[in-house]
Amino acid sequence: MLEIKQLTVAVEDKEILHNVSLSIGTGETHVLFGPNGSGKTTLLMAIMGFPKYRITGGNIIFDGRDITGLPLDERARLGIGMSFQRPPVVRGVKTRDMVGAALQARGNGATIQNLAEKTNLLEFLDRDINYGFSGGEIKRSELMQLLAQKPELTLLDEPESGVDLENIALIGKLIDELLEKDCPARSRKCMGLIITHTGHILDYVNAKTGYVMMDGCIGCQGEPREMLATIKEKGYQECIECLLHRQTV
Amino acid sequence: MPVTPPDGIRLVIRKKGFESYYMSKVKSSRTYKEKARAAIKKPAALGEDIDLDTYLDTAEKKPYQPDPSQLPVKTKKHMLSAGIILDDMRQRSGTYIQMDNAPIHSSSRQEGVEVMAVSQALEKYDWLQDYWWQAVAVDADKFTANVELSQYDGYFIRALAGQKTVLPVQACLYLSKERLAQKVHNIIIAEEDSELHIITGCTTSLGQEPGLHMGVSEFYIKRGARVTFTMIHSWNPETAVRPRTGAIVAENGLFLSNYVLMKPVRTLQMYPTARCVGENSVVRYNSVLVATPGSSLDVGSRVLLNAKGARTEIVARAITTGGDIVSRGYIEGNAPEVKGHLECRGLILQEKGMIHAIPELKGTLAGIDLSHEAAVGKIAEEEVEYLMARGLSRSEATATIVRGFLRVDIEGLPAALSVELQRAIEASEKEVM
Repeated sequence: MLEIKQLTVAVEDKEILHNVSLSIGTGETHVLFGPNGSGKTTLLMAIMGFPKYRITGGNIIFDGRDITGLPLDERARLGIGMSFQRPPVVRGVKTRDMVGAALQARGNGATIQNLAEKTNLLEFLDRDINYGFSGGEIKRSELMQLLAQKPELTLLDEPESGVDLENIALIGKLIDELLEKDCPARSRKCMGLIITHTGHILDYVNAKTGYVMMDGCIGCQGEPREMLATIKEKGYQECIECLLHRQTV
Repeated sequence: MPVTPPDGIRLVIRKKGFESYYMSKVKSSRTYKEKARAAIKKPAALGEDIDLDTYLDTAEKKPYQPDPSQLPVKTKKHMLSAGIILDDMRQRSGTYIQMDNAPIHSSSRQEGVEVMAVSQALEKYDWLQDYWWQAVAVDADKFTANVELSQYDGYFIRALAGQKTVLPVQACLYLSKERLAQKVHNIIIAEEDSELHIITGCTTSLGQEPGLHMGVSEFYIKRGARVTFTMIHSWNPETAVRPRTGAIVAENGLFLSNYVLMKPVRTLQMYPTARCVGENSVVRYNSVLVATPGSSLDVGSRVLLNAKGARTEIVARAITTGGDIVSRGYIEGNAPEVKGHLECRGLILQEKGMIHAIPELKGTLAGIDLSHEAAVGKIAEEEVEYLMARGLSRSEATATIVRGFLRVDIEGLPAALSVELQRAIEASEKEVM
């Protein structure tokens, strides 16, 4: 279980997230909506533990343990994994090295070959990680590394952006595997928190709860497909008005 | 049978003002000595000056060793650190070993590949004089002049026309006498359509004692020939090193040069120059440099694209853990449809240390394609954190990135040599990190 309690996060000296609280039960997947710059990526980066995202208030509880002050790599080894929207190119470090390192860090018995076949990235194993990868290849590479990590909590930052329609089904399938969609709900252990703009990914994942993030706060929460339909119809303006209304009541 | 240099090489000889390619050996020899005498005080254009008077000229001659595996274990270990394998010579098609200023072994295991001391080759082949100082100027500086005036020996490696080696020839230049100035003049000739792979390991048994290595190497790569040359330097913190290298590459020839320096050295300055004189000739330079505290390196690669369709790529990776590096690169395009790219990347791992990248391009006509990229800095924090997000500790992530930085993917290098090169780099990685 993941519990975010009253989380306040600053980047450099600017406060980006203000008292954010949410809770993801074991085996659940939640999604985050929100306009650009609302703080969605900041929330994921803070949960993952990137030092630049300084937690100035609140707590992050993962599997009953307060990980608020835990370094990034320890969180990864504990079972938190993240797919990046724009991961860096690391020249000389091969995709194979990254997958191997992730397998080793988490003691996963899968093979690099098998994961590469599954993600259709066999010919990318000996290329520098992310160097010259297309948008879709980056997403698949991120998911391959996550499958190697086998995290209990998967954080996905716009997994469908830049992916063509042909590949979106493969992305959806890989995410399903990460989030154990094929397991019965009661025995599912893996949790997910997914940022999505288009909502395409909702066709593939079993998301239970959706949130709209506005100006660094969780504006509202609800059934994700309904929320997406409203956003598509009325845009985030409706959320802003709703938020303002709630603040004045 | 006289072996005439290919057209491109002959052209260079004419341009240098020689009356005739078939000049007399005596006359040419006298000319070089005169030129050398005139340049004996001439400082090098780059790098700190070295007072040659503080070094010795001679060392006691070591006995010839017909079976190098019988050399002392410690000596073999030093040589192995520079890529020289003596316990299993089946991995090499030939071997040359020079200890201080005297050859102690030369042998070839492959027909059509000649490996011998250059003094022996000069006696054997009259025509060799015609290659003498054609790829490097004898009066370039006091180091070349000194090698000419008091030269002892060096290696001669030649692949006959059409001969293709699979296994590399290895050559070791070994410095064992304290304060000695080791002087070497090497000639490498790849006849038409031949293929030659060479590993040169330069190393010393001296711990902290000073020494000087002056090495002239001239490469002649004829029409359709391919030469890969991998040089591994493993000196000590008090060695001064001044290699002087030139290559002339004829039509459809390939010269691929790899240089690795991972161990401390006091001062190293070199700027090898390759001239593409034949159409569609190709030159690639790759270098991996590590400057430890107290080391001062001024290293570059220069390529002159003088024939239509010639191509080059220069890639330099430089790491400082506290030493200073000037990393140079120069490409000059003087013929139609030539193409060149220069890449210089530097990584500063400690607070102290300096990397100065100087990439230069010069074009003298339209229709050429020259480019460069250079980057110097510390390891990007974003990259370290990316790896940490996969579960690597900070030190593991840093080591992985440095290892990746030092990884050399060299197009055209045979797989076995590539593995050996990588092994040589990895052997010293731990000291770097």
